[in-house]
Amino acid sequence: MSVYLPAEFNVQIDHTLCRRCRRCVAECGFGTLSFKGDKVVADHKKCVACQRCVSTCPEAAINVVKNPLAYKENHHWTPEHIKNLHKQAATGGMLLTGGGNDKVYKSYFDHMVLDACQVTNPSIDPLREPMELRTYLGSKPDSLEFRYSENGEYKLKTKLNPQVKLDTPIVFSAMSYGAISLNAHKALASAAKECGILYNTGEGGLHKELYCYGENTIVQVASGRFGVNQEYLNRAAVVEIKCGQGAKPGIGGHLPGEKVNREVSQTRMIPEGSDAISPAPHHDIYSIEDLAQLIYAIKEATGYEKPVSVKIAAVHNVAAIASGIARAGADIIYLDGFRGGTGAAPTIIRDNVGIPIEIALAAVDDRLRKEGIRNKVSIIASGGIRSSADMAKAIALGADAVAVGTAALIAMGCRLCQKCYTGSCSWGIATQRPELVRRLNPDKAAQCLINMIRGWSLELKEILGALGVNAVESLRGSRERLRGIGLNETELNILGIKPAGR
Amino acid sequence: MIGTFPRIPSGCAISGMMSKKGRRMNGEAVIKSIALMHDRSNGLGGGFAAYGIYPDFKNHYAFHILYSSKQNRIDTETYLKDKFIVDRCEPIPTRNVDNITDPPIIWRYFLLVDGKSLYDNAGQPVDERDYVVEAVMYINNCLDGAFVISSGKNMGAFKGVGYPEDIGRFFCLEDYEAYIWTSHGRFPTNTPGWWGGAHPFCLLDWSVVHNGEISSYGINKRYLEMFNYRCELQTDTEVVAYFVDLLHRKQGIPLELTCKILAAPFWQEIDRMEPEQRAVYTAIRQVYGSALLNGPFSFIIANSRAMIGLNDRIKLRPMTVGIKDDMVYMASEESAIREICPDLDEVWTAEAGEPVIAELEEGVEV
Ligand code: SF4
Ligand code: SF4
Repeated sequence: MSVYLPAEFNVQIDHTLCRRCRRCVAECGFGTLSFKGDKVVADHKKCVACQRCVSTCPEAAINVVKNPLAYKENHHWTPEHIKNLHKQAATGGMLLTGGGNDKVYKSYFDHMVLDACQVTNPSIDPLREPMELRTYLGSKPDSLEFRYSENGEYKLKTKLNPQVKLDTPIVFSAMSYGAISLNAHKALASAAKECGILYNTGEGGLHKELYCYGENTIVQVASGRFGVNQEYLNRAAVVEIKCGQGAKPGIGGHLPGEKVNREVSQTRMIPEGSDAISPAPHHDIYSIEDLAQLIYAIKEATGYEKPVSVKIAAVHNVAAIASGIARAGADIIYLDGFRGGTGAAPTIIRDNVGIPIEIALAAVDDRLRKEGIRNKVSIIASGGIRSSADMAKAIALGADAVAVGTAALIAMGCRLCQKCYTGSCSWGIATQRPELVRRLNPDKAAQCLINMIRGWSLELKEILGALGVNAVESLRGSRERLRGIGLNETELNILGIKPAGR
Repeated sequence: MIGTFPRIPSGCAISGMMSKKGRRMNGEAVIKSIALMHDRSNGLGGGFAAYGIYPDFKNHYAFHILYSSKQNRIDTETYLKDKFIVDRCEPIPTRNVDNITDPPIIWRYFLLVDGKSLYDNAGQPVDERDYVVEAVMYINNCLDGAFVISSGKNMGAFKGVGYPEDIGRFFCLEDYEAYIWTSHGRFPTNTPGWWGGAHPFCLLDWSVVHNGEISSYGINKRYLEMFNYRCELQTDTEVVAYFVDLLHRKQGIPLELTCKILAAPFWQEIDRMEPEQRAVYTAIRQVYGSALLNGPFSFIIANSRAMIGLNDRIKLRPMTVGIKDDMVYMASEESAIREICPDLDEVWTAEAGEPVIAELEEGVEV
C-alpha cells in the first residue's frame, strides 16, 4: 500500500519573477523541482526545506513555507505521530532521521547565566590585555616534582603523559567520511590546522589526502574498526575509542552500500558497494576491563605518545561509567549529550534515549572530583553546543573543551533539514554524489569554519574579560560564576550552581 | 564553625615587615604603618600576624580561637584535650578600646601532639601537621561557635572587626615581639560583623593578608576540595593559605615555583623561554591551571622563615617593597613604609606576577 502523506513543505515559485534559468532544478538534491512546459514546477512532497533553491535562485523567486495543512487539534496525537504511523504502516520499518534530537526537552544552557565583574573587582579588556584560551588535553598528574640545578634554575623531574594543545577549547566532532563528503572532511581538517585545534575522523577511516593534517586529527576506533591500521593510529594526535554517540546511545551504525563508492571503500577498507555496519557494542568490549585492554593495546601500538580518548553517550549512569573509564587508563573522556547530531539514526532512539550534556557533564565532573581523579582525564563535552555562550557554560560546568559537529556543519552551509541519511544533501556535505560534493568548495568551507572558531574565541575572550579572569582555566569548573534561572532545587543541585539572586 | 557566611568582596590595605636576621620588634611600628592607610579600610576588619612571639613555647602549636559563648569554649576544650596535650590555655589579653565593640571570647592554647595519636584508623602513620590541619578543619567546620584563627608554632594571628590600629591596641600588640609582622585593613562591601572573617587567614604557620578579590575562587575552591581542604568560610583568602600548604608543604614545591603556580606567567612569555624553563612552566600551567589565582590581588604570605609579596599577573592591585639593612618592608603604598622607615636603602614597585621572597638569613635560629 502506498502512503498518502501530505507534503511537509510547500515550494512557492513566483513565476512573474522567475527568469526560467532552471538553476533550482539542478540545485535541489532531492529532485523536488523540474521544468515542465514553460515553467518550474515543484513536487512538494519531496521538499525537505534544505533551502538550497531559495539560497541560489538569482531572482529570489522561490520560497519554502511550512504546509499549513490542518490536523484536528490533539495534544497527544500530534501530526508527527500520525505521520510516522502512516509511514510505518506502509513500510514496516524503523524510521530514520539525521541531525540531533529536536524535541522540546528543557535546554539547561538556556536556564543558566554567566557572571560579570562590577566595581569590587575589575573586568579585563581583551583588546588590551592578554586573554588566554590555550588548553591541553591529556592526563595530568596530581603534582609535579622539580629539581634544583647547578645553574640556579629549577628543572622538571616529572614526566607528563602526552598532552595535545588546542589554541582555543574547541574541537570538531566526529563525523565520518562516508557520512559526510571528502570535501567536508578537507574543510574540517584544514580549518582545524589553521585554528590550532583538532578535527575527528569519525569511524570512517582517514583518507590519504588528509594524512598531512595528522597533528590536528583525532582518529576513531569504532566497533566496525573501519580503516584502522598502524599507520592510521600513528598519523593522529589523539586516538579515540568510540563506545557511543549521543544521538543513538547503545546503537551501532549503518552506512548504506550506495554511499560506499570507490574512495569510501578504500578509506574504510571494505568492498565497494557493501553496507558498512558498525555493531552496537565493540565485540571485544563487554566490560570495563575489556575497555582497559583496548586502551592499552592502542597505547602500545602508538608508543604511549598519544592521548587515548573514550567517547560515550550521556546516559543515566554516566558518572559511574566515566569514573570507570578514567580508571581504565583513558586520557580523555568525550561526553556526547542527547542533542548530539548523527548522519543516520532511528528517530525513536534519537528522540528518547540519553540525557542532556549539561547534566551529564556536571555529574561526571563532580564524581571525578569526589573521587580525586579529575586530573587524570580531560573532558570534552558535546551534544548541542550552539554558540560561544553554550561553550562558556559547559566550560564553567567543568569541560576542558567542547566539541562541535552540527554547528560546524551549519557554518559550512547545512540548513539542518535532518535528511543526512538520504545521501542527497544539496549542500554537498552529507552526500557522496559527485555532482553534489563538488558544490562544497573545501577552501571556502574551511574559511567559514575558521571564521566561526575565530568568532567564538573572540566572544569567549570577551566573556572571560567580563568575568575578570584572563585564562580559560580560571573559568573551567568555576560553577560559582554560573547562576540558574527557572530551575528547581534538584536541578540546581545536580548542576552544582546557585539560583540567580544568591 | 560560627554560622555560614556568604563571600564578601572587599578592598584593602596590607603592610608587612621582617627582619632577615630574626630580630624581634614589638607591634608599634606595624600598627603605625597600617594606620597610615586608614582610608583604605572602612572599620569592618583589621588584623595582624606575628612570628616569634612565643619563644617559651616555640615547639607548641599555638591555637588562637574565637568563641561565641562560654559553652562553645567548654565543648571545644573537651575536643582539644582529647586530641592534644594542652600545656597551657588562657584568654588572650585585651584592653578596652572605644571603637571595638562586642568582641567574641578569645583564647589561646599551647598544644603538643602525643606521638601515639599519629595513626589513622587503619593503623597507618599520619603526618603530625596533617593531624593538626585536620583538627583545625574539624573545629572550624563542625564545632558550633568556635573558630581557630591561627594554629602555627611560635606565631599567632590577632584580628577582628574594627580599624586595624584599633584592633592592634585592643590586642595590646606593643607587648609582643616578632621578627615578622604582617597586617591588614579591610574594606568589605558589606559586613558579616564577624571577627573570623578579618585577615590574616592562617593555617599551621602560614598566614596570608590579601588585598583584592580572586575571580577564579570557584574553581580554586573545587580544586582544593579534591585534596580534602574544606573552604567553608567562603573567603577568597582562605584558598591562598590552603594552596601554599598543599603545594609547598605537602607536595614539596619550592616557594618560588609555588608563587609561579598561583600567578603563572603568560603563554606568550613561556613560549619565548629556553626549552628547559619552557618545560617547567608549560607543565605548571598544564597541571596546576585550577590553582591559578585570577583577578586583582596583592598578598603578603608569611611562614616562620619567609615573607613573600605577590601580585596578580597583570598587577591590578598595588604593592611596594622597601629594604633597609636587614629589614624588608612590603605594603600597599610606599607611604606606609616611609612612615616607619623614611630612609630606605632600596624601594621598588613589585612587578606583576613576580614574587618578592624575603627569607631569614642562613643559620638564623628563631
Ligand atoms: S533558480 Fe529561480 S529564476 Fe532560476 S528557474 Fe529556479 S526559480 Fe526560476
Ligand atoms: S548536512 Fe545536508 S542533509 Fe544533513 S541536515 Fe544539513 S543540509 Fe540537510
